[in-house]
Amino acid sequence: MDPLEAIKVTFFQECEEQLSELESGLLAMEQGETDSETVNAVFRAVHSIKGGAGAFSLEPLVRFAHVFETTLDDVRAGKLAPDNNVVKVMLRAADVLADHVRAARDGGVVEEARSQELASALEALNGEAPLAPIASEDFDDMPGLEFTPLTVSDDDGIGDDFGFTPLAAGIIELEPEGPALRRWTVHLRPKNALYAKANETGLLLRELKRLGDIQVSIDPADLPGLAELEPEHAYLSWTIVLTTDRSQSDIQEVFEFVDGDCDLTITADDVPSSLPAMGEASIDEPFDVMALIQQAQADVQAAPAAAIMAEILAPAAPAPVFAASAPSIPVPVAATAAAAGVAPDAAHGAAAQQATIRVDLDRVDRLIDLVGELVINQAMLAQRVTESGVPRSSNIAMGLDDLEHLTREIQDSVMAIRAQPVKSVFQRMPRLVREVAAMTGKQVRLVTEGEGTEVDKTVIERLTDPITHMIRNAIDHGLERPEVRVAAGKGPEGTVRLSAAHRSGRIVIEVSDDGKGIDRPRVRQIAIDKGLIEVDSNLSDEDVDNLIFMPGFSTASSVSDISGRGVGMDVVKRSIQGLGGRIAITSRPGQGSTFTLSLPLTLAVLDGMVVSVCDHTLVAPLTAIIESLQPKAQDVRAIGPDAYVIAIRDTYTPLIDVGAVLGYRTTPLDPTKGVALLVEGEGGARAALMVDAIQGQRQVVIKSLEANYRQVEGIAAATILGDGRVALILDVDNVVAARRREKARSDAKLAAAG
Amino acid sequence: MTTSSSNSALRELISFQIGAQEFCVDIMSVREIRGWTPATPLPRTPVFVRGVINLRGAVLPIVDLGSRLGLQMTEPTERHVIIVTRIEEQLVGLLVDAVCDIITVRDDQIQSTPDVASDLVQQFVKGILSMEGRMISLIYLERVLPDREAEAA
Amino acid sequence: MSKIVLTVDDSRTMRDMLMLALGDAGFTVVQAVDGVHGLEVLESMAMPDVIITDINMPRMDGFGFIEGVRKSERHRATPILVLTTESDSVKKERARSAGATGWIVKPFNPDKLIDAVRRVAA
Repeated sequence: MDPLEAIKVTFFQECEEQLSELESGLLAMEQGETDSETVNAVFRAVHSIKGGAGAFSLEPLVRFAHVFETTLDDVRAGKLAPDNNVVKVMLRAADVLADHVRAARDGGVVEEARSQELASALEALNGEAPLAPIASEDFDDMPGLEFTPLTVSDDDGIGDDFGFTPLAAGIIELEPEGPALRRWTVHLRPKNALYAKANETGLLLRELKRLGDIQVSIDPADLPGLAELEPEHAYLSWTIVLTTDRSQSDIQEVFEFVDGDCDLTITADDVPSSLPAMGEASIDEPFDVMALIQQAQADVQAAPAAAIMAEILAPAAPAPVFAASAPSIPVPVAATAAAAGVAPDAAHGAAAQQATIRVDLDRVDRLIDLVGELVINQAMLAQRVTESGVPRSSNIAMGLDDLEHLTREIQDSVMAIRAQPVKSVFQRMPRLVREVAAMTGKQVRLVTEGEGTEVDKTVIERLTDPITHMIRNAIDHGLERPEVRVAAGKGPEGTVRLSAAHRSGRIVIEVSDDGKGIDRPRVRQIAIDKGLIEVDSNLSDEDVDNLIFMPGFSTASSVSDISGRGVGMDVVKRSIQGLGGRIAITSRPGQGSTFTLSLPLTLAVLDGMVVSVCDHTLVAPLTAIIESLQPKAQDVRAIGPDAYVIAIRDTYTPLIDVGAVLGYRTTPLDPTKGVALLVEGEGGARAALMVDAIQGQRQVVIKSLEANYRQVEGIAAATILGDGRVALILDVDNVVAARRREKARSDAKLAAAG
Repeated sequence: MTTSSSNSALRELISFQIGAQEFCVDIMSVREIRGWTPATPLPRTPVFVRGVINLRGAVLPIVDLGSRLGLQMTEPTERHVIIVTRIEEQLVGLLVDAVCDIITVRDDQIQSTPDVASDLVQQFVKGILSMEGRMISLIYLERVLPDREAEAA
Repeated sequence: MSKIVLTVDDSRTMRDMLMLALGDAGFTVVQAVDGVHGLEVLESMAMPDVIITDINMPRMDGFGFIEGVRKSERHRATPILVLTTESDSVKKERARSAGATGWIVKPFNPDKLIDAVRRVAA
């Protein structure tokens, strides 16, 4: 990639980070945290975006960022109080800024009216001093500074803020039109400040030399005796006669950085100087350093200084470094000490000090893939060694054990590289809440918890859509309108709570609201109307709540712009399941609903129980399994012709024959010949899965079946085991739920056959 | 579809055998050819999907092409062949009896599938061509996998 | 031996752009992400020929950084260029009074940048 394009990519990544900073800063301000640190961070975010955007000439973005920055600068300066109203405008402006960033990145445009509206709103906040309209490229808004403006034209714009001492009018007009050689006389009298800022007369002379021929003379008239001499004072003045074809502004530009720190006059020799003559001493008289030093009767090493002077004065020689500060040599411009001769050999090492590095994600992904292969290979090797009859106590077997530990540690470490806090997803939600609240006319407060909870990047990327949908849903369907809330004895503002936490090797995300809860009679009626359930279905409250996950179900009386977009909770559920996750709902009428999302921490590995079913090897996620047990004949009870339950500590739990559900066998497994895995499915429902035998526990590398083929009912993913064969990973929830579907199917088959 | 024969593009095809019939696919969509290894069956999938195999760490679905085309189910042995093809963004292994050869044809040598063919053949055969007296059917690769929608329902 | 430039900027974009322009011009670039980090890096690195610093940065801004550099016996004579936008003239003056040698106006083009560095570098 073109390096500049690569930087542009970085810029847009950085913009996203800055936008997040901006939003969280503004939200903190909304909560009353208006300390300077917060305000500065907010300012910096906008400032950085503007700076980078300027580098890439992203005009609309720069323009909007500039307006925003100006308002923020007022807040920073204490000219504008960040009250609720101001912060609200800024939050909306942050959204528009985000749109500008994305438009710049993706090549779109932001609706002009919207952008203009917010820009005007921002400008209106600036109160006393409304901004001048901003031209496309000129952001200069600094009238009234104490600098003397230049009276000459400045052909490249540099230095316009820091004009030099006004020059005699008419100089410009006298400049010849063509690049003819002219002689200029430059008088320069540095002040102490010039050296204190690490500017050097020698370098200025060098720059002048680049413009043409120079003749330099020094005026030491102000130099006191060494006894009175302040080591860091500037005493000398210079007169330079420059012969050049360059313009006066070119000459002035040389002194751009030392403006104010020196007395400077530049006059064309053919123009009578209107300025006072410099110094008393003749500028042609050579500067006798030796005499000066002798005069002081001090035992100072004078020779080096003299040598340096000679170097400066020889126009052709490159000027060496001067450290104005060097204390041992009492001439302001003279020192070879510190600065000049230090070899920069350790410079490269210093760059390595940063605590973080940025790595292309592809490289990490590649590493994770390779480690996955390593895990499989290690397992295959272990299996072959076992098969070859090597005793467990042998050196080879023990070495393999060590290898297994090491492999696992490498895998954990590699996965940790890709782990990220969910903050990046959570940070997108305040904007969503504002938008949905505005569209629905509801008052909403979003509370987030556990933003720092880490999860694999692959999971993060796929969290946004389901969370977005659940939050929309919570506001649109869960929360009541303010007047309804007040009538129900609640505050007018509803709360949506978004939280993340680690729980038993999974990440659990909850979206809850304090709204009206699920309207069960209505949900039930809709399900009946849509033919999803029978009129006389006997459903528990929980069953009714779960109806909203059924395909084709939508409780919105009108397809609103918000929850609509053609996606129902069934799709959310499917996508969560596609991640090996579960979703559940709990609801209390009048008090609100909670959606609970549970996901694996990574999509790359899984701790599994390897089991046999018929002749197949399957993997059951360990997290779903509560215990395994050998059913005894007296604990198994038949219910009807082909359904069984098992008594586990006095509780009857449905017994599910995995082989039958997956279609591996037609004659049911005798429960006493197999092993039951007690699992907890979504919503806490328990079931016992019958398998033929347990082979062992193993961490397996997850290979998506959906990406490589299709989603398969009852199967969450695939993996490759030690023998090199593909094994399927059970979707426990789906298998538990399949019991009902299975029954429906066989009924249908019977009906068709009959 | 009309193409002038003079500037008709040349393309290379890999031809293979299922039972007594010969078929072919564009060589550009073939990634590799390998021997049969036992597949892990997938539950609740159409009978022509034989399952998945481990292709150097990737999960590769295997379609029994004979079965897909409504011919006989293949009883795979070590002599059977899997043609690994790229269909849209997925890799799919096609189980066939044997690979015959690589043939070069012009587009205009490919005739449209005759009406006499069954619906199933119409669905999977893009066209037919004649090569030294053999009739070779060009497979419509994009239609070999089961529909996602049908599967999801 | 190539000249060494220390760049201090919290923005990766700016750091990358400086690195690209300075690297292309043959400078050795050492980077720091804010003022505090800049002072830390200065302690351990070889003497830079020029320092380029942003103004708005977290932890320690450019003014604080420049003052810190000027207080250091070792670096007080090292030229410092500040990155500034044209509208920041107040800041530019503040940077100068803190001890900045010169400035580079953002957005900069590489030629201007290199020219400014060359002008202040011995």
